[in-house]
Amino acid sequence: MSAIEVVGLRKAYGSLEAVRGIDFAIEEGEVFGLLGPNGAGKTTTVEILEGYRTRDGGEVRVLGHDPERPGPDFRQRIGVVLQASTLWPNLTVRETHAVFAGYYARPRDVDEVVELVGLADKAGARVKELSGGQKRRLDLGVALVGDPDLVFLDEPTTGFDPAARRAAWQMIRSLRSLGKTVLLTTHYLDEAEQLADRVAVLRQGRVVRVGTPRELTTGDLAVEIRYRRDGEDVVVRTAEPTRVLNELTAGALARGEELDGLEVRRPTLEEVYLDLVKEEEAQPA
Amino acid sequence: MTLFLHQLRTEQRLYWRSREAAVFTFVFPLLLFVLLGSVYSGRIYGVPASQALLAALLAYGCAMTAFAGLAITLVIRREQSLLKRLRSTPLPPWTFVAALLGSTLIVFALETVALFLLGRAVFGTPFPDRVGSLALLVVIGGLCFAALGVGLSGLVRSAEGSSAVVNLIVLPMAFVSGAFGPTQHYPRFLRAIGDVLPLRYLVDLANAVYLHQHAIWSKPGAIGALAAWGAAGLLVAVRRFRWEPRTAG
Repeated sequence: MSAIEVVGLRKAYGSLEAVRGIDFAIEEGEVFGLLGPNGAGKTTTVEILEGYRTRDGGEVRVLGHDPERPGPDFRQRIGVVLQASTLWPNLTVRETHAVFAGYYARPRDVDEVVELVGLADKAGARVKELSGGQKRRLDLGVALVGDPDLVFLDEPTTGFDPAARRAAWQMIRSLRSLGKTVLLTTHYLDEAEQLADRVAVLRQGRVVRVGTPRELTTGDLAVEIRYRRDGEDVVVRTAEPTRVLNELTAGALARGEELDGLEVRRPTLEEVYLDLVKEEEAQPA
Repeated sequence: MTLFLHQLRTEQRLYWRSREAAVFTFVFPLLLFVLLGSVYSGRIYGVPASQALLAALLAYGCAMTAFAGLAITLVIRREQSLLKRLRSTPLPPWTFVAALLGSTLIVFALETVALFLLGRAVFGTPFPDRVGSLALLVVIGGLCFAALGVGLSGLVRSAEGSSAVVNLIVLPMAFVSGAFGPTQHYPRFLRAIGDVLPLRYLVDLANAVYLHQHAIWSKPGAIGALAAWGAAGLLVAVRRFRWEPRTAG
């Protein structure tokens, strides 16, 4: 059974259509990434799934519930890390976890969760004394303390330094080993590549591609052939590299030329992504 | 019920942990009582001045703990997305609101006890005779001003501005309502303004119950005025309360 099913989801704010017909499904135990530039509709989509916003159209099931009219156990089974939120500055790390644990019917052991998010040595510290990265780990800890089946992470590492991002990634990977389903939004490609089993690329409120990070790099523009002619770079992207390369080299041989800097390679996820997102600028907004 | 007690404990811990809030709303009325009590002498309303000031500052304490403190706390929590975060937990909204009101009443009740202990220790003021009426006063005043506080929090847009806005309301209101001392020598228009505001009626109730040993029901007009203000606050609260920040998107 799917943990999340989204069919034809639509949402507009006034005349701005933030989400224009999105479909995807997330399996139980899967780490799924929503990837896209700012304004692509990631947060709107996630907040509809979390039950914060109503939708204008389409069907949504989250753990079998309609998040607009959730049954009593819906909030018992989800954990939420918002894009930006502050917890009470004067409580300690342990107290904050204990407050949230008290809201759930079957919480995890508080000290175990504090340990899991790497804050054991800060358990007695006030929240206001924590660094930015530590506060983000606290957000994750209180999202996990209710032992949810499904965890929403909205841009969990935005604004982190590289070391803090690595640490956060490690923690998100550990969610998979706990068997949690994770929906993650990010505008960092490497993050999606590192963490997600599957990725949906969003652009202007639509899903433009869904697949594993590897599948995304083996689409229509699977291979890139580069060379130099008259001092200028030429880039050819093709799904049929053998044929294209053969024509290219045959032509060069016939003319007795050398193809300077000839290179055949698979584009990185970043290049595919930038390509997908670039089309946006060509269309009228 | 367990969830209510859990949240009530949490709210109490949050209030007393936050030094700024506790000093500003809880200690400030006590401090003013000692200062004003040292300045005023003689008799007011036929009782020693310190006794009349105690009744007045009891009303001011209500405006500070239930109205000012609650409004600022709610705006800050809303703008920092803390309310939004709580909304995604199984904590029912009404349990949260009930615990917040309960915690506010506890703080105002403790403020009342502190005023009487302080008055006894510093100025030798007597303890109240009408304890039952005084308890009712705490509940009626506390709920009225808490409703107004929640309503105001819905009108304030940013956390930075919240304490300025709240002070701009509470200080003049306390002044014209007689919460800093009697108003019989004030210009007529100031007294007229005071007559419209809810704090004036809480001062009336405190005077009746503490200074004149009347039952609280001897002032149905004042109770009615407070109930009307409380209902207006509740109406604004219901229409304007938001779980999500107003400033960010």
